[in-house]
Amino acid sequence: MATLTAIETKDFLVEKILKNYSNNFDKDTSEQLSLLKRDKVERPVLFIGMGSCGLIAGAEKTLIAVEKYLSDHHLNGEIVKVGCLGLCSAEPLLDVQLPGKARIAFHHATEEKVEDLLNAVFHHTLLQENILGQYKQGKQEEWPNIQKIEKLPYFARQHRIILRNSGFTSPYLIEDYIAHGGYKSLYKTVLNYTADKVCEIVDQSELRGRGGGGYPTGKKWLVTLGTGSDKKYLICNADESDPGAFMNRAIIEGDPHRVIEGMAIAAYAIGANDAYLYIRSDYMQSLKILENAIQQAKDYGLLGSNIFGSGFNLNIFIRQGAGAFVCGEETALISSIEGRRGMPQAKPPYPAERGLFGHPTIVNNIETLANIPTIMENGPSWFKSVGTKDSKGTKVFSIAGKSLHTGFIEIPMGITISEIVNTIAGGVKNGRKLKAVQLGGPSGVCIPVQNMETAVGYESLQEIEASIGSGGLIILDEETCMVNLSKYFMEFLQKESCGKCIPCREGTRRMLQILEKVTHRPREESTHETLERFKGVVELESLAEVIRDTSLCGLGQNAPNPVLSSLKWFRDEFEEHIFDRKCQAGVCHDLRTFFIDVAVCNGCNICQKKCPESAIIGVIKMPHFIIESECTGCGICFDSCKFNAIYFK
Amino acid sequence: MTSEDLEVIFSKYPANKKDGLLPIMQEIQETHGYLTTDLLAAVGKYLNIPANKVYGVATFYDQFRFHPRGLFHIRICRGTACHLFGASTYLNEFENQLKVKAGGTSKDRKFSLEISSCMGACESAPVVHINDTFYTKVTETELEKIIRSLKEKTE
Repeated sequence: MATLTAIETKDFLVEKILKNYSNNFDKDTSEQLSLLKRDKVERPVLFIGMGSCGLIAGAEKTLIAVEKYLSDHHLNGEIVKVGCLGLCSAEPLLDVQLPGKARIAFHHATEEKVEDLLNAVFHHTLLQENILGQYKQGKQEEWPNIQKIEKLPYFARQHRIILRNSGFTSPYLIEDYIAHGGYKSLYKTVLNYTADKVCEIVDQSELRGRGGGGYPTGKKWLVTLGTGSDKKYLICNADESDPGAFMNRAIIEGDPHRVIEGMAIAAYAIGANDAYLYIRSDYMQSLKILENAIQQAKDYGLLGSNIFGSGFNLNIFIRQGAGAFVCGEETALISSIEGRRGMPQAKPPYPAERGLFGHPTIVNNIETLANIPTIMENGPSWFKSVGTKDSKGTKVFSIAGKSLHTGFIEIPMGITISEIVNTIAGGVKNGRKLKAVQLGGPSGVCIPVQNMETAVGYESLQEIEASIGSGGLIILDEETCMVNLSKYFMEFLQKESCGKCIPCREGTRRMLQILEKVTHRPREESTHETLERFKGVVELESLAEVIRDTSLCGLGQNAPNPVLSSLKWFRDEFEEHIFDRKCQAGVCHDLRTFFIDVAVCNGCNICQKKCPESAIIGVIKMPHFIIESECTGCGICFDSCKFNAIYFK
Repeated sequence: MTSEDLEVIFSKYPANKKDGLLPIMQEIQETHGYLTTDLLAAVGKYLNIPANKVYGVATFYDQFRFHPRGLFHIRICRGTACHLFGASTYLNEFENQLKVKAGGTSKDRKFSLEISSCMGACESAPVVHINDTFYTKVTETELEKIIRSLKEKTE
């Protein structure tokens, strides 16, 4: 079949594919489409995972190695840069699709391995090394004895709606998105439905906000639709600042056009002609991809004025966040776009009635908006069929920490946390024991092992006083100190508190001080300091209550969560820190007690000279000794010992 | 930064509209490397916002710097995953050994240090980013090596 030029491809995709939502194509069209979808290829295609995670793992070098291989062997191959598949710990990923054969994926395809891997593929002599699996692709011949990617434990339990194209198609090519059924929902919506109808469909789907609040999306839209104003705004919130969470990045880098389509439908539903996409400034790669995607959508006539001749106009502006965690809160985000300090405002009035520049504004999380095209495509009842009674659809989680696999996943609501940790993430690595799961970042809680069987869902998690939050999931093993982790989150929140309301500004500082005391050795053993410390921990609880009840925004209201949940489930660890001055995990440096291994120590005398407390005694060329009561646990001796004779408990 | 450069940036945003403030400051920082009080005053004049308000906004956000970057710009990730893998002590190492404070630039302008709340590369934790290079899964011995090579390169 003749290859189409860029303009022909555009015409073909818009006229024959996008505008035909019956999905019945004649033979020529489906033939052409399967080429564009790369279901069938006429020359070798090499896909390289070039998301942020891939780039950090060295995908750029892999790309150069692949290009070199192709030119060295005079091969006419096509290289496609794709987003991340979700298995970030396996990056860099390299997929190869030969004509007539199914697409096969390799993990850890670093530059030095490219030559061997490609030799094996092109000579059909695959070794079992580095093979992740193969894709199921209709009529293409399968590779023998190679597992299907969808059958791998990491993917088998997932239900990918938002991430359907992620890692599979190119985020740089609008052609890929349209060929895989993209922008059909937008076409269908703006030509067939009124704004009321769209809000109604979304309301019926029972989609709830994925940013953490969990407010029904359709209800929110209806408020804005019903508020009379000459100007309305839509804001897509991609200011993901939770440390240890990267779902938004994954969605943008995997499938940016899905976000744009979702935004366009949402803007149509509420009657907005200007939409802002607020993205975190650290995500340089995502920003590049988005800018490119918006330009492509404009070129295809999918953004701008009079979209599909419907009279609907939409402009999308990108705004970069400037590194303030509090700007994830909707009113603070609005302040930031308006050019002010990102401080939250008292609600009501809610932004849905009075938001950006005083006009009704909808602020939706990027994941919420990414769900919209599929809801419009398949209808609300289809969406409701996924998930549980009170939580519909899927949720994207990012998995980080001490698990075997890390990355991001999309699971149907209702599967248990234990399934995520043990089946999908492959359990804890290095044979260590699971201690807890931290869900929702600094505003979230930790879930101990005994609650692992809880299902993921808004209500079910509430029963154990947890919440989905934005979806950052950190797996903690037995080497994690919960007191230290609580302190870490409190430090983060204290730094990020905007300072507008006193309970948050002063309260988080006080909580941090109490936690800092607990993780430090007392200066004076003779006073009542231990009791004072314990009193501090008791006071943490009442302080937390005040902060929760009186803070202005979600940052303050949820600030005590990590501390309270650690205190509830791991109280013994706090007590151990206070009374025994011990940190089992060895993380709290100031509580370490050092010892000298007499069998190793040769008496070089360096540690004794360096010890600021003169806590080390000994004679030169004889093993030294540390006086436990004098030792402050600074660790200078440990760092200075060249013979590894010093250890700590 | 010349006044022509500034004009080029200003021309992209309508005067008197406050919402251009953040993007303008971001662009200035990108071209000039950091913000100065003179530049902020010029921005205030253009957007018709008092200079003290502009300064107030600029200091609120972590992104804006008021010192030039060092020859080597070091970013340390302090995300949860990096913290779990022991990155909490790395900041001290950099601060003490390179004589630079977090958020600042060393006196000899060789190093500048910045804390990132999360780079979103949690699978490679702990992560350190220096100029254009990412150092992943940095152990304590590797950290020593990185610092040593930085010192050697600037001698």
